[in-house]
Amino acid sequence: MNKITLLFQTKKNNILSIFFTAGYPTTDSTATILKSLEENGVDMVEIGIPYSDPLADGTTIQQSSSSAIKNGMTLDLLFTQLDELKGNIKIPLILMGYYNPVMQYGIEKFCNKAASVGISGVILPDLPIIEYTSKYQKYFEGSNLSIIYLITPQTPDERIRLIDSVSNGFIYAVSSSSTTGKSNDFDDSQIEYLKKINSLGLKNPIIVGFGIHNKTTLNTAWQYANGAIVGSAYINQLTKHNDIEVATHKLLMQLKEQI
Amino acid sequence: MNFQPDENGYYGNFGGAYIPEMLYHNVTELKNNYLNIIESEDFKKEFESLLHDYAGRPTPLFYAKNLSKEVGAKVYLKREDLCHTGAHKVNNVIGQILLAKRLGKQRIIAETGAGQHGVATATICALMGLECTVFMGSKDIQRQQPNVLRMKMLGAKVVPATSGSQTLKDATNEAIRYWINNPNDTHYVIGSTIGPHPYPDMVARFQSVISFEIKKQLKQKENRETPDYIIACVGGGSNAAGAFYHYIDEPNVKLIGVEAAGKGISSGKTAATIAIGTEGVIHGCKSLLMQTKDGQVLEAHSISAGLDYPGIGPLHAHLHQKGLAKYIPITDDEAIEAAHRLSKLEGIIPALESAHAIAILSMMKFKESDIIIVNLSGRGDKDMEVYSEKFNNKEN
Repeated sequence: MNKITLLFQTKKNNILSIFFTAGYPTTDSTATILKSLEENGVDMVEIGIPYSDPLADGTTIQQSSSSAIKNGMTLDLLFTQLDELKGNIKIPLILMGYYNPVMQYGIEKFCNKAASVGISGVILPDLPIIEYTSKYQKYFEGSNLSIIYLITPQTPDERIRLIDSVSNGFIYAVSSSSTTGKSNDFDDSQIEYLKKINSLGLKNPIIVGFGIHNKTTLNTAWQYANGAIVGSAYINQLTKHNDIEVATHKLLMQLKEQI
Repeated sequence: MNFQPDENGYYGNFGGAYIPEMLYHNVTELKNNYLNIIESEDFKKEFESLLHDYAGRPTPLFYAKNLSKEVGAKVYLKREDLCHTGAHKVNNVIGQILLAKRLGKQRIIAETGAGQHGVATATICALMGLECTVFMGSKDIQRQQPNVLRMKMLGAKVVPATSGSQTLKDATNEAIRYWINNPNDTHYVIGSTIGPHPYPDMVARFQSVISFEIKKQLKQKENRETPDYIIACVGGGSNAAGAFYHYIDEPNVKLIGVEAAGKGISSGKTAATIAIGTEGVIHGCKSLLMQTKDGQVLEAHSISAGLDYPGIGPLHAHLHQKGLAKYIPITDDEAIEAAHRLSKLEGIIPALESAHAIAILSMMKFKESDIIIVNLSGRGDKDMEVYSEKFNNKEN
């Protein structure tokens, strides 16, 4: 069974998922970061594929992405690193990135390779749904990879239902109309939006991302959804501390005071 | 007509809308409304009246006698440089801002390279009383100072894009990010035939007034509507799209797009996307772009900030692939040379961008009976620093 599906069967709530950019802070951080996150009780990890023009990202992820490219991170290298780690990481791993680098790699080859190195799901926010269903769904399904799409406070209900029907694993609910890395607490309209998603009776679990950076935002996400994704806050800790283990601890303290 | 995209915004293999969900609402709102609005009588009336009374259209089609003699064919210049604000950019801006007003938007954002699109946007925002923010690469802010000052005088806020190559590509990224963060009251006026559908089509339609006028003007001057050649420079491709638009289905008209080769197409310092680009996705559309084999977008180089872009509009990628237009690279030096030549021969100082189109005239063989139209997309005031540098070197 797909590891993401399994996770949501065994743990329905309070899921914590962490995003990091592959190749940041250094090219060979991938294994250390994944082990550190798993050992510290993180439920799931999104591995960001660095891209030169990440137009939905705020400065934190932009900078980590351009550093990673300068460091020489590529999809090929990432797959090699994951292959070497295979079997050592039990929690579900998701690849997240922009469509162009994956398109250049070749979608079919990408799916085969991702599955073979132990990836369970993929998030490509700028891959149009119609292109996915008409051309690529067969490769994702053939490789037992979940596809995860985003929704935002502006996504109409009808489209949320379409996204629910296409996605499997979970739906990534973007907390506000913004790029990544915002550091405000959630306001009433965001809570209303999360409540509304709950009322739609969707088949997929909901994980909230964008702007989760402290105990308050994390608890709000946990209260109204199945889990939360933290990205920029972790990258900031990685930037601040040379030691990955320290960065992970600091992040978890920041989020929960104690895990 | 084969140059209009299908309902999903594809010209053949190119176009579409490759956007994250955060942009879906805004782009869909435009897609669902743009045709109804711009084809309504009330819109057309206001658009045409502003083009006429405010932008100064129709722009002249000028028979360049001295240049013709040198080239050995009949050369006409379509004088987009005489539009208010100094370039063709204002045509599209008037259209998009009238559209934005009808969609109830109060704030306008734009990206700019050379600053011509930024100035045009700041101008129309001043006229319409709208708040205007222009994103411009920090490198471009340095090399196009006069336009930065104009935008500020017109009341626009100029925000430097400090990421990546600090040029047009990065200014576009910043504008898109701002739009994601301000999705309700803001319209993003893209300045070229790039971006997710419906932008390439919308911008091409607003610029199509150029070839619409050429047809009528040529009929008056030469008693025929079709020239043998139309030549225009191509960065994202809006002035070329406008100059080609009504001629794309005319097999007897040779369409020539001129790309910025920078220091040469093999130099690693180029913006000649058609020459060295491959298929991929850039700024929300599938097109040709300059990229590494891993799909990272390369930094472009051109002395002309308006052509310094690593992609090209999907319409042009399609015309190139189908052989319906030919795209030729021109280097920085060739463009500067052509600008000096046009200035001396005809008393017209062209923008660095348009100078690329002029440069083609001495590279190609023409018949004496050929009628050639060069779309002179903008004027050269903003480029005097670059021009005078070379000029001073010659004097020394």
